[in-house]
Amino acid sequence: MKNTTYLPAVAGLVLCATGASAETPVLQVMTYDSFVSEWGPGPAVEAAFEETCACDLQFVGAGDGASLLARLQLEGPRTEADIVLGLDTNLTAAARETGLFASHGLSVDLDLPIAWDDAEFLPFDWGYFAFVGNVGDAAPASLRALADSDAQIVIQDPRSSTPGLGLLMWVTAAYGDEAEALWADLADNIVTVTPGWSEAYGMFLDGEADAVLSYTTSPAYHLIAEEDDSKVAWGFDEGHYMQVEVAGKVAGTDQPELADQFLAFMVSEAFQGVIPTTNWMYPSVTPADGLPDGFETLLTPAKALLFSPEDAAAKRDAALDEWRAALSQ
Amino acid sequence: MARSTFPITPRWPGTVAAVLVLILTIGTLGAVAYRAEWGSGLSAADWAAIRFTVSQALVSAVISVVLAIPVARALARRQFPGRQMLITLLGAPFLLPVIVAVLGLLAVFGREGVLNRLLEGLGLSPISIFGFHGVVLAHVFFNLPLAIRLILQGWLSIPAERFRLVATLDASVARLLEWPMLRAVVPSAFLVIFLICLTSFAVALTLGGGPRATTVELAIYQALRFDFDLGRAALLACIQFAICVIAAVLAWRVAAVDAMGAGLDRVVQRWDLSRPWLDFAMILAGALFLLVPLGMVVLRGLPGLTQMPETIWYAALRSVFVAGGSAVLCVTMAVALALRGGVFVAVIGVLPLAASGLVVGTGAFLIVFSFIRPSDVALVVTMLVNATLALPFALRAIAPAVERVAADYGRLGRSLGMAGWGWIRLIVLPRIRRPLGFAAGLAAALSMGDLGVITLFAGQAEETLPLAMYRLMGAYRMEAAAGAALVLLAMSLLLFWICDRGGRVDADL
Repeated sequence: MKNTTYLPAVAGLVLCATGASAETPVLQVMTYDSFVSEWGPGPAVEAAFEETCACDLQFVGAGDGASLLARLQLEGPRTEADIVLGLDTNLTAAARETGLFASHGLSVDLDLPIAWDDAEFLPFDWGYFAFVGNVGDAAPASLRALADSDAQIVIQDPRSSTPGLGLLMWVTAAYGDEAEALWADLADNIVTVTPGWSEAYGMFLDGEADAVLSYTTSPAYHLIAEEDDSKVAWGFDEGHYMQVEVAGKVAGTDQPELADQFLAFMVSEAFQGVIPTTNWMYPSVTPADGLPDGFETLLTPAKALLFSPEDAAAKRDAALDEWRAALSQ
Repeated sequence: MARSTFPITPRWPGTVAAVLVLILTIGTLGAVAYRAEWGSGLSAADWAAIRFTVSQALVSAVISVVLAIPVARALARRQFPGRQMLITLLGAPFLLPVIVAVLGLLAVFGREGVLNRLLEGLGLSPISIFGFHGVVLAHVFFNLPLAIRLILQGWLSIPAERFRLVATLDASVARLLEWPMLRAVVPSAFLVIFLICLTSFAVALTLGGGPRATTVELAIYQALRFDFDLGRAALLACIQFAICVIAAVLAWRVAAVDAMGAGLDRVVQRWDLSRPWLDFAMILAGALFLLVPLGMVVLRGLPGLTQMPETIWYAALRSVFVAGGSAVLCVTMAVALALRGGVFVAVIGVLPLAASGLVVGTGAFLIVFSFIRPSDVALVVTMLVNATLALPFALRAIAPAVERVAADYGRLGRSLGMAGWGWIRLIVLPRIRRPLGFAAGLAAALSMGDLGVITLFAGQAEETLPLAMYRLMGAYRMEAAAGAALVLLAMSLLLFWICDRGGRVDADL
């Protein structure tokens, strides 16, 4: 009986032991899952960086953006990660509070619709949240119009998904004290609230709703990867809340130079050039030959909304209570 | 319990298994609590979540069991070509990853689903699946197969001689045989399903239609990932255990002791069967409800098969390896525990069900992280956790069989001087082959579809099939993901079928 339990355990250890050699320095980047997937930016970024760094770049996937921070908090100062990549501004205040991050020391000309002066976190891409629907359907022109319409939407839960949290901040930024009333009016438009982006987007594509909370860049995926121009992002008068995705250097890293080198590489052409068609977001530094064909068709919101990380953190709990109260009626 | 008069096998393997399960359930909770900074208690929202969780679990479990009884009865009484295949297929929903099953259900009951198309064709107004009833529908879809299997086993365990006796007496099968059997089997089936629904997370949220449908498990998720409030997560996990204890005690008090006795394993012959159409209507209804959504998973997946990346097959191979490992581990632990017997079996039989998958994963991560890099042991930990989570089902199938062997053949074995390995090999294993195969198949298939622990532990090189499928979805590759889901469904079923089949070679039923 002992042998039967022991064998698979040994086999498992052998099977999953990673084959990193001892001489090459290893840079460990903790990031969200879809970044490291075969279609994400991960493989191209790894190849390009390893050409210049004489190192082994290893990605550790940790769920989505929110799980990423939780994972880092679980590991604490003993973490082996040198870089954490994929937090957004709704999470950076909490990330800063852990004291696990060092300043990046870079000053870069970023192509963001807003000013950026964060000492610890450096953006690698950004986008606008938007409802994505089908071309030809009636498209409401504002959050208010959506709430007053009978359009059916799928959204994500702010407690388990970064886009869901983004929508919470969007409504708060646009409506302030009136946010709860808007949520109450939106309640009958919401088909359901999913745990993550994937479920919601899948349900929208299967026809369960007229629109889904996603990004203004989502139609670009269908256009470029599938040559399908049937998806469109709805432009809203109140402005669109932004998601700025950032990376930071872990203070306790054993590879500080490599980590600095990676952050500098992150805002260079080789990294930024793969972002639009792998992460389907806007690069934080536009590549020399511009964005890929198809991106010019995308919605450009007239107004960009974004709370500072500190504001976002301060408003979060109250906004969540309003959301829960309004949708639980 | 026949155990006290029957110390034929050593007790230590069972003790080892029990300790392992305790570490993975209570121990992981302790690890989370140990790291917690205590402060906030439970909010009003948490209490609302507890109320919702208990009520949906109660309703789901009642409906699952009530519907399962006539279907199991019909399957037990009727023989028809393809019956075995149907029983295997009916088990499929239970083995599916949640998201796959939910998308399959939506393809039938959703806005653009088969049912609404049908209603539209008939000029009727469409129905919406979202809300409390949607959560219950999905939970019944998941757990009806399990209820059918558990109750069917009860029916099949009534010895042929009893039916003969009842027929000779011209008495009522329902009153003398079936009712006492159900009294013994149903409470425990109810308990298992109640506990499964108690720890539900994604189903409830996706189909529940909003924050009304917040379960305790989601509140734990929020505490762990969103607030990083380990104290609250631990507190909620404790509450989940407390509800489990209450439910278990109630179920055990209701359950009657099985007193069917031994038979000679003859083929059951029935003399009391009338109205076959009613049985076949039951079987047909159950099959439609369970198989149509599965058919939609297959249909959706076919176009995606050609679009899947090659890496899917490596992920699939890794999943099979993990599934095989956890099946062996699970069955070994279950037999060890069953042979040891005693109150341990009853406790371990429900404890993992009440454990929060998130807390187990997080606690295991904290424990492992103090020694080694978690990704180095990702597959081993996944195997171990999956084996533990499947243990209640394995025990439920294996323990009564072992107990029965001990009760029926113990005296004979002792008079022949059999003990230890010889007793296990010659008497116990051959006689529990059927539940053994069933349990191994279940453990393998459950592990195959699991997407719990692996997400916390896996690096790039440890991707399993469900994780790969999920990552495909995250990268907009919905078609390829549907293809991967089909592969997952097929492989889970195949694994289950191989093990289950292996257990019934040469058997009549």
